[in-house]
Amino acid sequence: MKKRRLGRGVAIVGAGMTKFGMFKDRDSKDLFAEAFAEMIASVDKGVDPADIDALYLGNFSNDYFTRQSHWGPIIAEIIGHSPKPATRTEGACASSALAFREGVFAIASGFYDLVLVGGVEDMSKRTTEEVAEGLALATVPYEGRVGFTFPGVFGAVATAYFAKYGANREHLMNVTIKSHNNAPLNPKAQFPLTIRDMMQAKMESLKKRGQPLPAWKDEKDFLRDPAANPAVAWPIHLFDCCPISDGASCILLAAEDIARNFTDDPIHVAGIGQGSGRGFHASADMTYFEATRYAAQEAYGMSGLSPGDIQFAEVHDCFSIAELLHIEDLGFFQPGEGYKAVAEGATRLDGPKPINTSGGLKCKGHPVGATGTSQLHEVWTQLRGKAGQRRVPIKDLRIGGAHNLGGTGGTCTFTILERR
Amino acid sequence: MTARPFNDIAYNQFLNEEKLMGCRCRKCGERYVPPRPLCVKCFSPDLEWVQMKGAGRLVAFTCIAIAPPFMVAQGFNRKRPYISGVVELDEGGRVDARIEGVDPLKPESIRIGMPMKAAFIHRENVEVPETYLSFEPV
Repeated sequence: MKKRRLGRGVAIVGAGMTKFGMFKDRDSKDLFAEAFAEMIASVDKGVDPADIDALYLGNFSNDYFTRQSHWGPIIAEIIGHSPKPATRTEGACASSALAFREGVFAIASGFYDLVLVGGVEDMSKRTTEEVAEGLALATVPYEGRVGFTFPGVFGAVATAYFAKYGANREHLMNVTIKSHNNAPLNPKAQFPLTIRDMMQAKMESLKKRGQPLPAWKDEKDFLRDPAANPAVAWPIHLFDCCPISDGASCILLAAEDIARNFTDDPIHVAGIGQGSGRGFHASADMTYFEATRYAAQEAYGMSGLSPGDIQFAEVHDCFSIAELLHIEDLGFFQPGEGYKAVAEGATRLDGPKPINTSGGLKCKGHPVGATGTSQLHEVWTQLRGKAGQRRVPIKDLRIGGAHNLGGTGGTCTFTILERR
Repeated sequence: MTARPFNDIAYNQFLNEEKLMGCRCRKCGERYVPPRPLCVKCFSPDLEWVQMKGAGRLVAFTCIAIAPPFMVAQGFNRKRPYISGVVELDEGGRVDARIEGVDPLKPESIRIGMPMKAAFIHRENVEVPETYLSFEPV
């Protein structure tokens, strides 16, 4: 692959995001405005929003979820950015990673100096079945037509992975338990609860209703109980799935040569990659995402870094099985070894390769258009040493990655951030 | 039959006629199923239809309990799941299909690698009748 480089360097100088959750009384405008206000407050030396040259906004399908399209100018207007340009990017669940990428290129080209990128999604006003249908719009046509939902797509991936490598449901549970252990340490998380917290809550609710109490021995026992953890798309169960969420996130990008006007601690874009996937019918093997491997190769090539250099990462764990594929596709573990590494604790917050310190999509939430820049928000927070109790306990934390996936692996990105 | 464009509309029309059709590049011989309008090996648009035998093996599946509205309309729900899967055809190439003839409530009994044969599910009594490709164990 050709080694690519930016025309000029780009750095993150501020970021903000809402807490993710199901907010019946909130909409995309006030969510994004909150993330934007937090971003302004995060800029160490201050920023005048009037100096922002352009907005790139990731949004997957508010068209379907809220029956309103054309969100670029709507969001631009609400944050006082009009009449400056606003461009919407759509790459299913990777929509705002694409916004980030376009913002980086716009600055690298020399055209703009200061660009706002972000994403928003408002999903909770629909029924679960409607959300399943809305998300399935991002499968490839043959998949949706024969009834594949998103959990279904990843259920099928899981059966292929299990058959090839000998993993089973218990290995998916390890991913879930690990993410839930990180979540209570993240104030932005939709479910800031460990699995044990949730067992306790379920127990109390059964007690209150006078129902017989289950004798769960441990977290896995709870996760094996179909009454507590029903199948959604076997072998994917409820606790393998990210929730339905509303939320917004944004990042302020600046040309490296002016970044220190805004902060003494800018976080640099070291590598940026994107790939396209083909759908099941055109894949020879369903146990990896070709688009992730391509994106990773592009990002590693540009940065001169290798998988071993990435000290921690956020990866797109829309379903537990997905996390296993990503940590292999990004080169952190050999194909077929990811599930063993997770079982050994390698991806825990205190492990050698912490994955999804935010709690991941599973616990932080997944307002699809907002996810990509929220992952980068987490990496930025960690690299600046501001992640509080969930701070990665590695000395000299310098390099982190964010992997975002859209559709059936149709759009995948990998971005490497570096503190210099 | 050769006059149909090499696209999803024609693919679905053929399914309605209970034929699983792909296409072959007349220039380099590469075969595609579902069909595509351009050979992506040699980039020739000179294609012809080929009928698949409809035999293959199961490479992945899932038993779906939370169904989208159009599947709910076909009688599926949390108590009555259905199966979607991927089948590798004997001729090579893979297709997405509904999987019938196995028990969605007993997923452990379904084996990756099972030999399968094509069937066709006709959905009638709706505004736009559709046929879904399906596979069942041999």
